[in-house]
Amino acid sequence: MFINFFLELRQAKVPVSLREYLTLLEAMRHNLAAFSVEDFYYLSRSALVKDERNLDKFDRVFGHHFKGLEEAAEAAVEIPEEWLRKLAEKLLTEEEMKQIEALGGLDKLMEELKKRLAEQKGRHQGGSKWIGTAGTSPFGAYGYNPEGVRIGQDGNRSNRAVKVWDKREFKNLDDRVELGTRNIKLALRRLRQFAREGAAEELDLDDTIRSTARNAGWLDIKLVPERHNAAKVLLLMDIGGSMDGHVRTCEELFSAARAEFKHLEFFYFHNCPYEALWRDAWRRHVEKTPTMQVMHTYDSSYKLIFVGDASMSPYEVVQPGGSVEHWNEEAGEVWLRRLLVTYPKAVWLNPVPERYWEGTPSIHLLHELMEGRMFPLTLDGLDRAMRRLTR
Amino acid sequence: MARFEGTETYVATDDLRVAVNAAIALERPLLVKGEPGTGKTILAHEVAKALGKSLVTWHIKSTTKAQQGLYEYDAVARLRDSQLGDPKVQDIRNYIARGKLWEAFTADEAPVLLIDEIDKADIEFPNDLLLELDRMEFYVYETRETVVARHRPIVVITSNNEKELPDAFLRRCFFHYIRFPDRDTMLRIVDVHYPEIQKTLVREALNVFYELRDVPGLKKKPSTSELLDWLKLLMVEDIPADALRSRDQGKLIPPLHGALLKSEQDVHLFERLAFLHRRERGG
Repeated sequence: MFINFFLELRQAKVPVSLREYLTLLEAMRHNLAAFSVEDFYYLSRSALVKDERNLDKFDRVFGHHFKGLEEAAEAAVEIPEEWLRKLAEKLLTEEEMKQIEALGGLDKLMEELKKRLAEQKGRHQGGSKWIGTAGTSPFGAYGYNPEGVRIGQDGNRSNRAVKVWDKREFKNLDDRVELGTRNIKLALRRLRQFAREGAAEELDLDDTIRSTARNAGWLDIKLVPERHNAAKVLLLMDIGGSMDGHVRTCEELFSAARAEFKHLEFFYFHNCPYEALWRDAWRRHVEKTPTMQVMHTYDSSYKLIFVGDASMSPYEVVQPGGSVEHWNEEAGEVWLRRLLVTYPKAVWLNPVPERYWEGTPSIHLLHELMEGRMFPLTLDGLDRAMRRLTR
Repeated sequence: MARFEGTETYVATDDLRVAVNAAIALERPLLVKGEPGTGKTILAHEVAKALGKSLVTWHIKSTTKAQQGLYEYDAVARLRDSQLGDPKVQDIRNYIARGKLWEAFTADEAPVLLIDEIDKADIEFPNDLLLELDRMEFYVYETRETVVARHRPIVVITSNNEKELPDAFLRRCFFHYIRFPDRDTMLRIVDVHYPEIQKTLVREALNVFYELRDVPGLKKKPSTSELLDWLKLLMVEDIPADALRSRDQGKLIPPLHGALLKSEQDVHLFERLAFLHRRERGG
């Protein structure tokens, strides 16, 4: 029935499967979205999309695929007066007809009806005035079946629905856009690694049996540590210079990361890591920590994450003395390699959009140095980076 | 067939109604996501209330295991009793504690089962419940019996998005993302909660509230539940509507802001921005 719509969704990379499609068909058979475009939109969205990141893509496909449908729905609103009059005559009892007379006759009623329809098109909102809304409208009260006629409601609904998907309110939930704190937290949780460390909680059956046997059958219960988050992270962030524009994103990443790990160490560098790093971005000329010391303090079980735009002159990476801030005895490249040898699990997160990477020589260079482990600072990029780290 | 249309104390938008009714009609779990404080948990309570069903709530914590929702067998207690020669030991049923799912399955009338904050648990948790939620039955190994749901409960699952949920699990659910309510919906929500509140106060309060939500860089944006708390405080303290309007002349920060801004940094940030804003206007 909607097979093309389904295929189009798949083409737009909304992960829908046959199962979800069948669910939708089943729902249609149950008349859950009988005659309203808006209801159908809501129903199909609820059945087919399972992640808010895909809602925007869904809206776009829906808008594209069902273009023209809203006009059809609009046309259906124009119910011929004749028909309505006949319907009224057929459905209303004598007594009710009299009541209508009291209101000003059938013509008056029709007039009122038309007026409301016009008014409603202008305002697009429901309320107690409209036909079919909980019977508070005078039309409902006179026995027009609200389900059967549904004049105001249908028009209203389809109008609003078109607006709903054309508004594209879920745009900022798409995972290819830049990150907010919440998104980052989400992706960083991928880093959680369950290691057996922490407080005693779980029954160790083997040890209990052994100890009980040794205890001549008298029960001796042994416990093992419960699983517990123990991911260790060493975070190196670029600060100053070309990174100033990205500092906010980085601070968000940092604040998210801090809540996430017990073992989190962070240092700053400028453009490229050299022989010294610093802990406090504002006192970097006063308090330095030698990079060697960092490598000796934190062992290779730490996961190394660089955050930086990697946008600089290539000399800053490959030449001794290339740093813009001080004289460096050894090239940044050398220090980077050292860090990578010490920490086999490392990634570089880059706030610069991926499509500009090729055009910037230093990004290209560092990307190669990182052996392709540079990822954009988007939710999708973080996801890939975290997956890479836990591999 | 029972249909959910919202209740006196809960404003259900059209899309939410469609999703809830589809989940009820097709007997699939409904997965609800959305910003904290937009009424995810309350939804299950309201669905139960609207349909006149009982509610079984299962709150998930980071240590919760899927098995705990079915049943728990307390082998250690049994071992201990056996050493003390307690006659209870003969019947294994004495050591099986029923979980929330079991409770929901054996209820006389189909209840609403709320699995709250499913993302708190281990990543495998939803997968471990796939079969149970699909077929609404499970097997108790200790007693060799199968527990089958007498009536399929209406399952509402909430998630705060702290973890990705597995695809296989998602495919079985209906999904609804509660968007942050727009002004009109918010007015309706306030109306059902505090029908006697002054309209001017609500208008001014909503101005302040949406302004606050637009402040860039807030760590925690205030949500619906915070707005409702704040309004209640404003009513209790009898703060007049002008007090909210006259902010730019006198005080920088709205009265009783503690209900809206939950972190000290956010308060500082807001004060700083309000100060700058005022200076701009003044100069």
